[in-house]
Amino acid sequence: MAEVAQEIVRLDNVRFVWPGSSEPVLDIREFTINRGESVFLKGPSGSGKTTLLSLIAAVLTPDSGSIEVDGVELDTLRGGQRDQFRVDRIGLVFQQFNLLPFLSVRDNIRLPCKFSKHRRARVRHGRNTLDDEVDRLLHAMHLPPIEVQDKPVTELSVGQQQRVAVARALIGQPSLIIADEPTSALDSDTRQAFLELLFAEINAAGSALLFVSHDASLSGAFDRSLDLRELNQVVSSAQSGRLLS
Amino acid sequence: MISIAWKSVCNRWPTALLAVLAISMSVALILTVEKVRRDARNSFTQTVSGTDLIVGARSGAIQLLLYSVFRIGNATNNISWESVEEIRKRPAVKWMIPISLGDSHRGYRVVGTNQDYFTHYLYGDKQSLQLASGEHFDDVFDAVIGSEVAAKLGYGVDEKIVVAHGTGEVGLVTHDRQPFRVSGILRPTGTPVDRAIHVSLQGIEAMHVDWRNGASVKGPGTDAETIRNMELQPKAVTAVLVGLNSRAAVFREQRALNTYRAEPLLAVLPGVALQELWGLVSVAEMALLVVSICVVVAGLVNLISVLLAGLNERRREMAVLRSAGARPSHVFLLLCIESTVLTFAGLLAGLVLHYLLTGLGSIFMQDRFGISIGLSLPDATDLKILLAIAVSGLLAGTLPALQAYRKSLADGLSQRL
Repeated sequence: MAEVAQEIVRLDNVRFVWPGSSEPVLDIREFTINRGESVFLKGPSGSGKTTLLSLIAAVLTPDSGSIEVDGVELDTLRGGQRDQFRVDRIGLVFQQFNLLPFLSVRDNIRLPCKFSKHRRARVRHGRNTLDDEVDRLLHAMHLPPIEVQDKPVTELSVGQQQRVAVARALIGQPSLIIADEPTSALDSDTRQAFLELLFAEINAAGSALLFVSHDASLSGAFDRSLDLRELNQVVSSAQSGRLLS
Repeated sequence: MISIAWKSVCNRWPTALLAVLAISMSVALILTVEKVRRDARNSFTQTVSGTDLIVGARSGAIQLLLYSVFRIGNATNNISWESVEEIRKRPAVKWMIPISLGDSHRGYRVVGTNQDYFTHYLYGDKQSLQLASGEHFDDVFDAVIGSEVAAKLGYGVDEKIVVAHGTGEVGLVTHDRQPFRVSGILRPTGTPVDRAIHVSLQGIEAMHVDWRNGASVKGPGTDAETIRNMELQPKAVTAVLVGLNSRAAVFREQRALNTYRAEPLLAVLPGVALQELWGLVSVAEMALLVVSICVVVAGLVNLISVLLAGLNERRREMAVLRSAGARPSHVFLLLCIESTVLTFAGLLAGLVLHYLLTGLGSIFMQDRFGISIGLSLPDATDLKILLAIAVSGLLAGTLPALQAYRKSLADGLSQRL
């Protein structure tokens, strides 16, 4: 990449229709996220938030329009390339059940490095061994390594599990972190602490953050806050159709 | 990838254990059935070697072979001593062993024969019978017992034994007036010889001196000395094992004996009769084999069902793996590795179980049927069976793997339940 684009994510006239449905779920004229920017995206459930994330994460392909992530036109990627692209550039955190129950905390955090040379190389670029980096992330996430590292992940609290998930998303410093309602399973106290840790580490890593939630009260900490209903041209009709069905 | 698969299997160890158990049982069963089949054949084949023809009263070839050599079942008729003498006079005949059956001692068959038995009878790889202690029978009331008879009944040389009329274990009339003395004990051979009590043909006559029309006459009976001085020429024997000067003459001799005019005789080639026997039992063998294959298939189906059943509750795991960078092909591979691990664990456990079974079973088989089953390393056939099961296990594993692959493609990163 000779010149680094200013935007980490750029959507142009993207339309997406679920197979078998006549109405599009998403129709977005333009949507961008800058490098290192944290964006809060809110919207009620069913408004297409997860669909939008899947499009940006190269899980789904739009029916028309173009999506560019980290300087790569997703259209140009095929099958396995899309998977490789995702693990190389994007860290993902879900609402719940982010961890593999049969792996240790450490192995769960290391997982993306197993599949991505790119992220392994980034860890080493920071002159860290993988183990050191896992330790550092555990500390940063307020997970004392001695306490949690040998525990089965199923014995951790939900808050701890979510922090492990963030550590995994962050290892190898992917340029974009996508978080899909990561706080909805947390109570309000842990939610605040979780957000603080998330922001501290994302700023340290220089990653951009796309954070999706229906809880508008969280939006204050973000650089920018958007409502998907304003972004999405079809929301009104599709939304009412969805609610009726 | 392998370590992930391994940890995933360990996480689900109860179901994994069941799958391994099912495979190991099927492996053990098919190996054991195959081994018993082979060893039983081997055991039978080893019993007669060097005998060119078996001659007896006219019946079936298999029947003659079974009662004369393997001591299974009873003779329907005898052949007269005149015919035996006629056979001996034939120029092509090198040696012959007359055999007289019909009496027993505590369940073990008594075989009336002569010294030729010890010089000409060959078993296994043309080995002749060797004495472990004592000597061959000399006196009318001497008996040479097989190694198993000695071991099981705890007999030593000079032991007095009483022979019963007929064969069986209980309720028989005994020849208690003429006890026999153990003069020698044979070395183990792994053939029915181990389970036989050998006496001279004269001995057989001697114990029937006081018998008329198949029943013991009343009274004190004739004493041993008188019997020794009697002329104890046998009038008939049950069968004759014949060795020829040249094997090339075997079919001519067989024809001559089968068309013998004075008495209806039957001469069979042991090898041919054995083949006929295998033809007979092959139906049963086939049935056993089919059953074992069915059990193997059941084991593999179980493996598939365990993996498939686990798949639904693992969709979330698959989504997590995918979000952490695993491709659908990785998910496919993961499931394949899991089924491979299970199959190989099953194969190993099955081998162990097989050796346990044959180890215990061989004692029983030797006891009841005199068939020796040795412990041996898996041979080419076994390896082929193991390989076939391994390959089908891997193929079976691809089915749930393919399913997981499809699901992970369709589900993407969504965490639907």
